[in-house]
Parts: sequence; structure tokens; C-alpha cells
Amino acid sequence: MIIRLTVNGEPRHAEVAGWESLLWVLRERLGLTGTKGACEQGECGSCSVVLDGDVVCSCLVMAADADGAQVTTIEGLGTPDRLHPLQEAFVAEGAVQCGYCTPGLVVAAAHLLETNPSPTSGEVKEALSGNLCRCTGYGAILRALAAVEEGR
Amino acid sequence: MSVETRRRVRGGIGESVLRPDGIPKVCGTFEYLEDLHADGMLWAATRRADVARGRILRLDVDGALAMPGVYDVITFADIPGRPYQGQIVPDQPVLCDGEIRHWGEAIAVVAADDPETARLAAEAILVDIEELKPITDVEQALEAGEVYRHFPVRRGDPEARGEVAVEGFYEVGTQDQAPLGTEAGLAIPDGAGGVDLWGPSQWTHVDHEQLVACLGLTPDRLRVHISGLGGAFGSREDLTLQTHIALLALRTRRPVKQHYDRTDSFAAHVKRHAARMWYRHEADRDGNLVRVEARMILDGGAYQMTSQAVIANAATFAVGPYRCPNTFVDAYVVRTNHPPAGAMRGFGTNQACFAAESQMDRLAAALGMDPLDLRLRNALAPGDPLATTGQVITEPLPTAEVIRSVAALPLPDDEPGDDPLRLPGGTGLTTPPDRVVRGVGYAVGIKNLAFSEGFDDYAEARVTLTADGAEIHTAAIEVGQGMVTVLIQIARTVLGIENVTVVFDDTSRIGSAGSSSASRQTQMAGGAVQRAAAAAREAALRLAGGDELDDDGVWRDGRLVMTLAELAERGPISEWVRFRHPETEEPDEHGQGRLHADFSVAAHRAVVDVDPELGLVRVVRIDIAQDVGRVLNPVQLRGQIEGGIAQGMGWAIMEELVFRDDGTVANPTFTDYLLPTILDMPPVEAVLIEEPGTWGPFGAKGMAELPTVSVTPAVVAAIRDATGKALSRVPVRPEDIVFG
Amino acid sequence: MPRACVPALLPCGTTTATLGSVPVEYVRPKALDEALEALAAFEDPTPLAGGTDLMVEVNLAHRRPTAVVSLRDVDELTRWDEHWIGAGVTFARMEQAPDTALAELSRTVGSPQIRAAATLGGNLGTASPAGDSLPFLAAADAHIVLRSVTGSRRLRWDEFLTGPKQTARRPDELIVGVELAPRPERQAFAKVGVRQAMVISAVSCCVLRDPSGETRVALGSVGPTVLRAPRAEEVASHAARLTSSDLDEFQRRVTEEVRPITDHRATADYRRHAAGVIARRALERCLR
Repeated sequence: MIIRLTVNGEPRHAEVAGWESLLWVLRERLGLTGTKGACEQGECGSCSVVLDGDVVCSCLVMAADADGAQVTTIEGLGTPDRLHPLQEAFVAEGAVQCGYCTPGLVVAAAHLLETNPSPTSGEVKEALSGNLCRCTGYGAILRALAAVEEGR
Repeated sequence: MSVETRRRVRGGIGESVLRPDGIPKVCGTFEYLEDLHADGMLWAATRRADVARGRILRLDVDGALAMPGVYDVITFADIPGRPYQGQIVPDQPVLCDGEIRHWGEAIAVVAADDPETARLAAEAILVDIEELKPITDVEQALEAGEVYRHFPVRRGDPEARGEVAVEGFYEVGTQDQAPLGTEAGLAIPDGAGGVDLWGPSQWTHVDHEQLVACLGLTPDRLRVHISGLGGAFGSREDLTLQTHIALLALRTRRPVKQHYDRTDSFAAHVKRHAARMWYRHEADRDGNLVRVEARMILDGGAYQMTSQAVIANAATFAVGPYRCPNTFVDAYVVRTNHPPAGAMRGFGTNQACFAAESQMDRLAAALGMDPLDLRLRNALAPGDPLATTGQVITEPLPTAEVIRSVAALPLPDDEPGDDPLRLPGGTGLTTPPDRVVRGVGYAVGIKNLAFSEGFDDYAEARVTLTADGAEIHTAAIEVGQGMVTVLIQIARTVLGIENVTVVFDDTSRIGSAGSSSASRQTQMAGGAVQRAAAAAREAALRLAGGDELDDDGVWRDGRLVMTLAELAERGPISEWVRFRHPETEEPDEHGQGRLHADFSVAAHRAVVDVDPELGLVRVVRIDIAQDVGRVLNPVQLRGQIEGGIAQGMGWAIMEELVFRDDGTVANPTFTDYLLPTILDMPPVEAVLIEEPGTWGPFGAKGMAELPTVSVTPAVVAAIRDATGKALSRVPVRPEDIVFG
Repeated sequence: MPRACVPALLPCGTTTATLGSVPVEYVRPKALDEALEALAAFEDPTPLAGGTDLMVEVNLAHRRPTAVVSLRDVDELTRWDEHWIGAGVTFARMEQAPDTALAELSRTVGSPQIRAAATLGGNLGTASPAGDSLPFLAAADAHIVLRSVTGSRRLRWDEFLTGPKQTARRPDELIVGVELAPRPERQAFAKVGVRQAMVISAVSCCVLRDPSGETRVALGSVGPTVLRAPRAEEVASHAARLTSSDLDEFQRRVTEEVRPITDHRATADYRRHAAGVIARRALERCLR
């Protein structure tokens, strides 16, 4: 079947087979490989995207269910020439090592700051508790968010 | 070597230079292995064993091959060259050789039009298995003589005894590196009988050596390329899918891609060795160690991988960073029917550190001494022999200083409040604040730097001056650790040129840089780059008759005499270096000798809140003092420390690959193999001790493993402090605290 | 990073792969009646409500549905009031629930990403012994309402949950929601896991207590389905004020009444012990 959806503000369509995931469609059918998959079961958050206003694990969204939806991926947040403030802060604070968790984390963190501009430390941690990072120990990620909040 | 320019170049050593791959990574444009794509490529899927041991009675791939969209299926019989792989001893069948030796062993691999067709075809392969009784117990394996290596240490007087003795049994569970990026790869046939391979690697040259043997290719027919990796931590040191996809690409003459799912990943890559250890420490009344005896058995799993090197580390660091004149160790690594164990951050030192540091606390209690005083009294220092091998420490080794520094940091004085996020059990609301007990624990770790035991350990690098800057050519692998940034910083500082880029060469273009492991690349690849850059600078100055080099070109007496573009035209200047670290030697039959090139030490302090009635733990804070030689990039160094601590803490309280009695793995997914989340990770304060080493660039020492090593025993010591329980096993499970 | 030799990215919009040749029907009805008709029309329909359980099974190849009935657009399923929670209400919404225990348990479900998608109906449909909503529904003596084209059924929670991952739902039936009778305000939920977030319960518990003292306690992950502990309820219900020996007895009876097993998440002995501890502590919270 063909699904039509808005990805990062642009209308897109894709031929999808039955129960394949939104993650698969983004990466393999729409060429948006910025979104990563690392566990296939919603336990790592690497595949986080914003779907109709909510951060979700795109590996657990049946692509057909995203027909008609608005999707924001990491590619929609900023580009190398025009970084989102969080992207800039992630680089500056060393919140990126292998970087595999980074797109999902940046998407989740950006959504948090949009919906809650001055989160407490507990709110930040709870909001990002579904995004596993194996490299950084999270310290630099928290410093990156703090830097963005301070910079506002 | 201290070639530094007079004019200070921007972004040299000591600065928190931003990593060059940072922006692509935050934008999602960085290309990881799983993002690679080639026109007309096929997808591979692997059929694996679901038992720990068995004999294959029948293997029929015809049904799978007949499925529409399936191009090829390979099994053991199809391996054209040496059908076994392994970087030390090639004993691992590329595909199961008829006897299944561990859960998850690869039996056959399918290439098909798309991943789902490949997966369905892999499921359609008929495999009849006669189950055999697996060996799952290390003592049983030892009795049966299934020993990969026995490492004995016999040092000092066997009759020497101390006045105070403590004994203990310790056990550690299997840890997985669990890098976020699972294994992926792409193999592209070159149309002339050869193949280009992108695969998950920490050392492309050692992969190349094994792959050409298994594929039956001449070395020039295979080029192993470097691509983006989603972490490694040891898991990419041994081959996984590389041989399979390269062979499928050669056979189908189509590009072949594979991307493991998490369960494949758990099945395919090596793990940190589980271990059982017995220790006896003896000291005099004043707390001077007199004698240490240890017997340790590490579970090597079904194939050897790097077990032989791991056991040498476990044995030689059996005592930790302490003096002891009489040391007797029997360290074994044995074959079982568990998935193979191999390299993981710390590489054998972690297991020994947990047991030895637990013993030091026990000994301090028996002596009625403060555990830190006991450690300080015995702290290893330059001029002392290592307790195990007798190797005299000739480099800086600030053991006492790391202990004093971490102890001097202020302790948190917060009380657990009502916020569940700050209580054991978290939002599970298990634990009221008045049921929380706080504990504090310390541990000290020591780790060798670079390869040991006489291995010819070198790194090659080439530095080429271009029309607008300089290029570093290397096969050293960036796994996420930030080596790429440090190499640039070193080259900038030496050359005086700011515009430096790193080109990761495939195996046909440059020689080996060794593995991105063993805390070695800052010193090894960095050492090679430092020397190649110095040679390039000398050559440029000589050629142009100048006294200074920068991004404009060569200067003499403050005047530009030749631009880089002119230099490049006249040159080209390109300097190649093969760099080796100080020589090491193999142990004698008593485990004695100069086995290691260098050492580093660190001390951790952990603060935990425990709910003893439920056995739940929240780690409140972890501090560290570490010997780093010289800080080359403060932000990256802090990232290695915090990340290493997270992994060692994870092993202490939640991370374990659990084996059932039948040898199969109970939890090969992220639902049940638990990694610390952002809510589990405490704040970290780090004290960096800078006593420059003698052979690393600008005095830097490798530092990426130690943060993982002694944090595990520190966390367990803190839980013991809070609960009074003996806790001789990691990870510490709630039931260990409740019933222990 | 190297660019030379790296193959080009897939051009946007290109389809290079299909997921096998199994035909999969997917329908997305706009109304409940249409959804029920779809369920009746397919031979082996799979309702999809959030997908956080179903897609795990699909991704791990444990399940390959042939006909999917998506409930995403069925607004009737998201109705929620004092006596009714629609099957399509997400855990993210229920984090704000007026029922204390429901809000508490919702906060522990998976991660924020999971809670944004996962629904009460999905949690019931999966019927895992560790399902986080189930102790609350059991303690509240909830009724699960099932509908099909032929009619509707109203089953008490213990009639609906028939075993581990087994329910009384027929393939043509849909869980449309949960009926809740009036219940006490004093409620507490607790869940034990070894990680501070994103963890499947080793044992979970919900206690409801009304002003007269009547107490209900339900426990998860300690039996084939969520279970109540009637003998413990009895001792806790006998008085409006409980002594510490009542609490000791309550805790003891809970540990006797649970039926845990040992698996890789916890031993049976630990589960038994922890069930008593968290049940007592949850009751103590209700007494405050």
C-alpha cells in the first residue's frame, strides 16, 4: 500500500508492505538514515521521532499507521550549516561519542525543551530515560541541555 | 620528543577541540555501517543454533534456496579457504562445522532480495540437531582439561606467611559490550575476483589476515575499509559477519549487506568473561601484604578468541596496584559451551580487580585498619616490582596520589528526600526515604597500556602536506572514543598547521595501526602521527630553507618563503612512520618478566543509597582520580571517564547475560539485558593526575579502560558498607542483598 | 570520515525492498462499528492499538500478522471518565489520572516514548503477568468490556485474564474499555525492578483502601496472571486502624498467597519476599 505523510514539513509518500515499521520506511524507503535502530523493541530510543506531537519509537510504529501523520526526524531539526541549538550544544559539550544514540536523544531533548522550556533536572532525566547511551555516561548530555537552557 | 612550534597553533593539544565527526553525527548525516548502500545489493540473514551443544544430523538448504528472491545460502562446506577463524588460534568455524558448540552459533547465511525474504529463508533451512550435554561449569571444564591457557605466577617464598589472613570466593557474571550500533556490513565484489569489505572492526589488518585465509584469496584481492561504528568496547575485535557477507558477495557477484538485530548481536560477538575466583591474602600486623594466593577460572566459552591474552591480564593484575613479595596465582581460562568470551574494556583486569579489592576491604576489617590506609601502606610506586610478574615499575605510577585525591573530594551530604527519582526503586515507588541506608566504598585499579607479552605491537601513520594543510593517513579505527580528534590535535601541535584532516585508509593503502583497544591508540597511533608529523615538518623546513611552518607555508626570519601549495608542487612531502612502544617479553614458566609496556592507575569512590529490605540500590555519586599522564583533550577525556564508569557501574548492579542450566542465553534483548539509563547514572567528579609518561605523545597515557575497572568493586564495597552483607558476586542482585 | 569508496545513499523515494511476499491486509476504520466489522471479516485479525507490544513481536519475527485492524482513528476508544477508561487511552494520558495508583503505575510503563503510544487496551490484550495496569484493575475489580458485531460481553478482570498472555477475548472481539465501580481514594502502587526506569516488573502491587478499612490488594509478576491476596485483604480489612502486628500479618499472608516462579528477572523466593514488603509499604501509604 502507499502511505502519504509529512516528514520534516515536506509531503512524502512511500510504498509499504503490510506491517513494516516507520523506522524501516524512513531509513530504507525515504532515505532518511539519520534515525537509527538498535533494539527493535522500544528499549533504546535510538529510533525516536516526533509523530503527531509525541516522541515515539519509530521501530514500534507500524508504518501504515503513520499514513496522514506529521513526522519530525533528526534531519528536520537542523543541518550542518544551520544547527539546532541542541545539536550545537551536543557537539560543544562532548555529548557525542559513537553518536549512534545521538539522533534519537536530540529529537527527544528538543521535544522536551519545546514542551517544557525550563525543566527541572528530574524532568530532564525522566524525559530522556528511554534513550540509552552506551558511550558517554550521560553527563555531557545533561551539560548540553543545561547549556541550551542557559543560552536562552 | 618535544617538537613544538613557536607560534601556538589553534586546536592543538590540551584544548577541548571539537570532534570532526560531531556535526555529521548530531545531524544524522554521519554514515554508519548500517547506512551504507550499494545499487543492486542483496541482504543477508543468519540461521543460528538454539541449543548450546549438539550435532547436526541433517542440514538441508534446498527449500530456502528455492524460495523466490533467494540467491544463495552458505554453510560450512562452502568455505573456500581455511574454514576456521580466530586472531590468536583459528578454532572458530566460520559457520558451524557439524558440532554446535554454543547457543547462537551461526549455521548458515542466506542472501536474498530483502531482509525479510532472507530471514524467512533462513528460518526455512532444515536443521536436525541431536542435542548433546553441554559443559556450562568452569570447574567441570577445568577437570576435563578443557583449558585454553593456564597462567601460573610463582613469585617469592612459598613458605612465607602473614599473621593475619583472609580468604574469599568471588564470582562475576558475563557482561556484554552492548554497543548501540549492532554489527552491520557491506561487501562489494570488485568484478575481478576480489572484494571490498566494510565491516565492524577495531583492527582492519587483523581482520584482513583472517579473512583472506578463510576466503582463500590472495591478500591483494581483499580490501577492508573503515566505516562509521556505533561503539565497540571490545565487541568488534573478533570477526562476526565479515566472512559471511564477503563470501556471499564473491559467490553472487552482487553487493551483500547485513545488519544484525540485537539478538544476533548478543549471539555473535564476544563477551566479558564470567569468572570464579578464590583468594587468600596474608599480611603482618601493620598491614603490609606478605602473601597473596589466588586461583581464578575464567569462562572462555566455545572458542578461544582473545582469551589467551585476557587471562594474562587477569593473572598479572591479580593483586592490584600493591606491593607483595610472595605471590602465587593459578589463572585458567577454560572452554565451555557458552558463547565465546573475549575483549571488553578492561580486558581481564576487571574480574581480578573485583576480587582483589574485595579482599583488601576484608583484610582491612580483619586488621581493624581503615581500608584506605591499608591500600596506601601497600601502594605500588615506581621502583617497586609488580606483585605478580616482578616487573619493576620504571614509569610514573601515582597509586598513592590517586587514592589520596579521590578520598579528599567532598562527600555528598544530601538526604534522600521524597522525590522518587532520588530513591532506590525510582518511580516504582518501592522505597520510603526512612528505609534508605547510605554506604561509601573505595577501590583502586591498575591496567596495562597497549599490547603485552612480547607481541610486536606497532602503529603506522603517514602525514602528508597538501596545498592547503595536512592529511593524516591511518588505519587506526575511530569507534567513538575521539581518537580522530586527538590525532588532529597532535599533528597540529607538531606541524604548526591548523588545517589537518584524518583519512582512514583501507588495508591496501597503509599498514596496520594495531587495534583500537587496550587503551593504546592515543599512545600508539598518536605516537606514530607525532613522529610522522615531526618528520614532515623537518622535510618542509629543509626543502624551503625555513625556520617555521604554518597554514600559509614555510617562513624564514618572519618572512613567508614558500606557500603550502608551492611546497606540495615541489614535494610532495609525505612522511611514513612505524612506531613501536617499549619492548615487552613473554613470561617465564613462573609468570615472571617484563610483560607489559606501561601501566596506569585509578581510584574510585562510590556512594550508594540502598533499600536493604528490598535489595534495591541507587548510586548517588561516583568520583575518580586517575593517572592520565597528560590531558590532551579535557572534554573528551571526561567523556571517556563518565562513559567508562557507567559501564562498570552497570556490571556492578544490573548488567548480566544470564545463562540457563542448558547453556542457552535467557536474556538476549534490551528488554532484559539492562543498561544504565540516564536516571541510573550519578554525577561524577574526576581528578586527573598529570605525571607525564616517557613515551606517549607529550606524556599522555592511555586512559579509556581504567574508568570501567575499579568502579565495579567500589560500588559493591559501598553496598557492603550500607548493608553489612558479604556480597561476593557481581552483578549484585536484589536477592543477594536480601538473603545474602 | 572517508567518502571515497563509500557507496552512495539510496535516493529518496526509491523502493528497493519489500518485506517478503506474505500479503498483509491493513485497515484503519474511523469508527468502532467499522472496526468490529473488519474484525469479523478477516480470518485471523490482529487489532493494533499503539503497537508497542505487537511491533516487538513483529520485529523479532515472533509474529507475522496477516490482517491488521488499526484502531488509531477510532475516537470512541479514547473516552475516559470516572467509571470508564476507553481501551485507546494511552499511558501518557493516564499519568494524569485522578486515581492515584493509576497515575503512579502509568509513570512506570516503559519509557516516555512507550507511554506516548501504549494503550490500556493493548496492555490488557497482551495480558502479560507483568502488565503494569493489571494490579490496579484487579484491585479495583474492574470489568473488561468486549464488543463484536454480534454483541458485547462484560467480564470481570479474572474472567478476562485466563493465563499468562491468554485472555477470554475471541478473535472477532475488541476490548473497548474498562468499567470501574466506585473505588476508594486511598490507593497506592509499587513496582520492583533493578533499574531506575524502563524496567519490567519483578513484582508489582496495588492496594486500595476505603475509609471503613476495607482493603484490596493485587499483585503482578507473582503468578500466571495478576492475583489478589484475599487472606491478606481479610486481615487488613478488619479494622479502620491497623496495628503493627496487623501489618506484619498482612505482609506474611501476602507472601503466602503469591505464586511466583524463578526466571532471569528474579528468583521465586525474592519475588515472594518482595511482594510482602511492597504490599505492606503500599498499605502503609494508604494509611497515611
